[in-house]
Amino acid sequence: MTDATRLRAEHLTKSFAGRRVLDDVSLSVAKGEVKGIIGPSGAGKSTLIRCLNGLEPLDTGRVWLGADELTARKADIDALRARIGFVFQDFNLFTHLRVADNLMLGLRRVRKMDAVEAERCARAELDRVGLADKWQAWPAELSGGQAQRVSIARALAMAPEVMLFDEPTSALDPQSVGSVLRVMRELVAGGMTMIIVSHEMAFIEAVADDVVFMADGAIVEEGPAGQLFNTPHAAATRAFIDGIAAAHRGEATTP
Amino acid sequence: MIYAVIWDNLPYLAEGAAITVALALTLLVIGLVVGTGLGLIQAYAGWPLRLAATLIERFFRAIPAIVLLFLFYYGISVFYNISAFPAAALALGLRSAAYQSQIIRGAIAAVPAGQLAAARAIGMTRAAGIRHVVLPQALRQAIGPWTNEALSELKDTSLAYTIGVVELMRQADYIVSATYGHQLAVYSAAAVVYLALSLAANWALTRADRRLAVPGLSH
Ligand SMILES: Nc1ncnc2c1ncn2[C@@H]1O[C@H](COP(=O)(O)OP(=O)(O)OP(=O)(O)O)[C@@H](O)[C@H]1O
Ligand SMILES: [Mg+2]
Repeated sequence: MTDATRLRAEHLTKSFAGRRVLDDVSLSVAKGEVKGIIGPSGAGKSTLIRCLNGLEPLDTGRVWLGADELTARKADIDALRARIGFVFQDFNLFTHLRVADNLMLGLRRVRKMDAVEAERCARAELDRVGLADKWQAWPAELSGGQAQRVSIARALAMAPEVMLFDEPTSALDPQSVGSVLRVMRELVAGGMTMIIVSHEMAFIEAVADDVVFMADGAIVEEGPAGQLFNTPHAAATRAFIDGIAAAHRGEATTP
Repeated sequence: MIYAVIWDNLPYLAEGAAITVALALTLLVIGLVVGTGLGLIQAYAGWPLRLAATLIERFFRAIPAIVLLFLFYYGISVFYNISAFPAAALALGLRSAAYQSQIIRGAIAAVPAGQLAAARAIGMTRAAGIRHVVLPQALRQAIGPWTNEALSELKDTSLAYTIGVVELMRQADYIVSATYGHQLAVYSAAAVVYLALSLAANWALTRADRRLAVPGLSH
């Protein structure tokens, strides 16, 4: 491990009801690095990324955030999790709170900021995702794309050292996808350390430094984005990428 | 003269109604506090606590209200000099807690799991996530079923008559004895007061439901 390693996972295994969902998965992301995770449905991508911030308990394996081990017996998992941003596929904005309070809940309760500082911080993050005018809105009043950008702002407000995205655009209509990807591109440009699970192949190829292809709970192949997409080593990787490309062509030619 | 009987005794009826309302409010608050606790235990605690909570809940739901009233009044009197009102508030309040725990438990189960996951993802402890995210949503959703429970308990306060709480029914009874009759008029007047209280409570709770409405959280 170099000093630049932000998040590191070693030999993760996890089973649901006797079925192996993660099978000896190791992965690490360096400071400022963007890692893409792709793979077919059921490959274990969500399970993996949820294990990385302890939302899902592991069977075996270890996870470090910088020098701190999340899987250590005496780890303050809540404090560590506050340093990891997580963006869910279906946003999970707090339904009973306005956008403002969605952003401020963690600042007040976890970061223990006073009301003035929390508001200043929350407004800055909401502005960053282009939704300053939604300060007083209820989550149910937002479009999918807006809700996802608010959820990104909520995560960013905690000043995370690394951001994890689990298919952030999969629940969105095509028009909203662009607005969320734009925000994510700005994060990449700002040097944020990110792990992104996504089916948006073009986006992953464009922003990721490194891409991991997962299938059946294991990492099949990992490599630089350009290499993995254009000259994959494994037949399974090629089949998956070709399949996605074919699906996209089909979509484009369908009237 | 019938009207005169009601008119003359209106202060007693009002006194009885005040006790009825006080008893209903007290038992509902006991029921809300204890019921929320039981509901949280049933939703989140480990099995020994869950089992205990379930046993308590079954006990208070299985036993007739009158038996509970007698137990808490005459039963407790054996070793502690309890008066009728607190005995009734406890007996009916704990029974209400059993019913309210079911409402709360259902409302907690109806909050999507992603809400607690999102709270934990920003570093909140499980307890803080339950307190600040799950419970506020659950309680909000519970107002509808809770209204039914409140109206039902309002009527059941009349059972406290049996252990001597001077609530609306007992006041009506006193009036009947004191005036040598007029049963139909006096009990009708009592019925009208229950009806008015019930309508008022329903109106207030429906209004609260509407005022607390959150887009996306209404039912
Ligand atoms: N809570 C759970 N209980 C039981 N099985 C689960 C649970 N969560 C996931 N699984 C199973 O684990 C496997 C991996 O699921 P996971 O959600 O991690 O896949 P994924 O790669 O994210 O798929 P998708 O692209 O559809 O989101 C699947 O077979 C899934 O059915
Ligand atoms: Mg998934």
